[in-house]
Amino acid sequence: MLGTPLFRTLAFRIVLAYVALFALSAAALVGFTYWNTKRALDAETDQTIQAEIAGLSEEYQRQGLGGLTDVITARSMHAGQGLYLLVGSLGHPLAGNLDAWPTVRRSVGRFVEFDYERRVAGTLERHPARGRVFKLVGGLQLLVARDTHERSETERMFTTTLPWSVGLMLTLGLIGGGLMSRNLLRRLDQINSTSREIMAGHLSRRLPLSRAGDEFDTLARNLNRMLERIERLMKGMRQVTDSVAHDLRSPLNRLRNRLEGALKRLPPEGEESAEIDAAISETDRLMATFDSLLLIAEAEAGAARNSMSRVDLSALAHDVWELYAPVAEENGIELDMAEALPLEVRGNGNLLSQALANLVDNAIKYTPAGGRVTIAAEKNGQGTVLSVADNGPGIPIEDRPRAVERFVRLEASRHSPGTGLGLSLVAAVARLHDARLELSDNHPGLKASVIFA
Amino acid sequence: MRMLVVEDDVEAQRYLVNGLRESGHVVDDAADGETGLTLALSRPYDVAVIDRMLPKLDGLRLVQELREHGNATPILFLSALSEVDDRVKGLKAGGDDYLTKPYAFVELLARIDALMRRRQPSAVKTRLQVGDLELDLLTRAAKRSGTAIDLQPREFRLLEYLMRHAGQVVTRTMLLESVWEYHFDPQTNVIDVHISRLRAKIDKGFEPALLQTVRGAGYMIRAKP
Repeated sequence: MLGTPLFRTLAFRIVLAYVALFALSAAALVGFTYWNTKRALDAETDQTIQAEIAGLSEEYQRQGLGGLTDVITARSMHAGQGLYLLVGSLGHPLAGNLDAWPTVRRSVGRFVEFDYERRVAGTLERHPARGRVFKLVGGLQLLVARDTHERSETERMFTTTLPWSVGLMLTLGLIGGGLMSRNLLRRLDQINSTSREIMAGHLSRRLPLSRAGDEFDTLARNLNRMLERIERLMKGMRQVTDSVAHDLRSPLNRLRNRLEGALKRLPPEGEESAEIDAAISETDRLMATFDSLLLIAEAEAGAARNSMSRVDLSALAHDVWELYAPVAEENGIELDMAEALPLEVRGNGNLLSQALANLVDNAIKYTPAGGRVTIAAEKNGQGTVLSVADNGPGIPIEDRPRAVERFVRLEASRHSPGTGLGLSLVAAVARLHDARLELSDNHPGLKASVIFA
Repeated sequence: MRMLVVEDDVEAQRYLVNGLRESGHVVDDAADGETGLTLALSRPYDVAVIDRMLPKLDGLRLVQELREHGNATPILFLSALSEVDDRVKGLKAGGDDYLTKPYAFVELLARIDALMRRRQPSAVKTRLQVGDLELDLLTRAAKRSGTAIDLQPREFRLLEYLMRHAGQVVTRTMLLESVWEYHFDPQTNVIDVHISRLRAKIDKGFEPALLQTVRGAGYMIRAKP
């Protein structure tokens, strides 16, 4: 987790999505309120204008032009937002608080919008207004309008503050999200680094608990409980293998001792001594199988992870090649070693040597005279690879997965000596090193590769 | 030679003690760690053979205490634990060699022999000689009856080990451990092939044959048959 950029972590992405969603809904809410308020204000203005026009037209019908002029003049005197202008047929003003007929900026239905100049606290200001024109008989025109300056101010406030507040919300959300995910990541990091240590073989390590008692603590507690169980099982297994080793080796030791003792008392060239000699070899083979099984169990338990060091695979491969070259030659097989540069991995040199020796042993055993076996330690697209390739009969693709199982000896190999554990041991050693054993076709023959991640 | 055997398995102990006595050694025995330690501290031994798992006082602790008392008796561990890790622990505790059960008696004898010889102080040798076979450790050159023999580096180490143990039985496991530094048994008998190659180089065309196979045990190099 350490080293992953913050924005690529799950926690941060969740926070980001939430902030975005929240900002969007907040913006929608504010927008809707704005739109609704604006509509209500517009409707109110329009209604006021309509009512005034209705009142004025009634006045006109009842008392004629004189009455109308009086009312307009009276209203103009203490009009707050109301604007009035009555003009004659030639356009000259007759009454009202507007000096001249304004230039219409926009007309919406029967309504017009325009700007006019208004004296506020001694200075002239341009204010927007909205009104309606009413035509009277004789070419007279009446404009009744209302100043919409305050309304536009409110509108402007809305439109300028909205992006700012959304922006602020996003920023705060992101900062909060960042802090929150960092906190989450720290907890996750602790769990991750401890798990890595545990996987590296420090089985006694435990995940740290915080005082919060939150979900992470529940998770850590459960994992710790699981680890305790695993540790107990591993200890149990170790005890079993140790005591099996002791309880089985000791009687085998006595058996071998007795056979050796008996052999000493017999004439060396007799039939009996040959039998006993064979029995001793059988004990040794039994022991070899047993050793391999224990070793596989050990490798799979991962206890040997504690005793790992830097191992040069090239040198290791070269040594195994040198050990087997004379045997191969004796069998009429050419054993090649692809020369390579030093290639280091972390591992257990003895186990890796044994695994490679098993592969070479197998290859020599199953390749007919005149064949060729090649050992290679290289770095390629797959990673660091230790491989043994032969041009023998190979293993059919459908049998390959079975070939690495314990005690499985494929039909073709049933008649050659061996414990049936060679490849299982290689696979177990590979797993111990976080590597894998891959059997592939060498066209013709078998290629066994141990691929380090 | 005077030896101490500390082994709790009664039958294995009897066999071991009888075997060693038959080979002409004087043997004391103990069946638990405490008795073993008391014996080891009370009289001098040329070699002690100690089982790793013992009642009362574990084999590892026994050797540690022995070493803490300044006792330098060569020690051969016997153990049912076969891992390299266990071997390392045994050697770290002060053991000189480590043999896993079940073992062949000849293997045990060969190792005891090697331990006792190692104890005898010898000047740093730069030349080894067995009969008319000479090995110069400085120039890495081998000669037999004055004729130079061309050896590969590993063959040289193999011959050097055999010659350092001239007159002693050297087992295949000892060779694998010392010359190749491998602590496992390869399935095929690779050592035999290496020996036969070495034999072809040093004995072919010369008399007498120096490198001999000891049946059921290993090999030995010596001047007189």
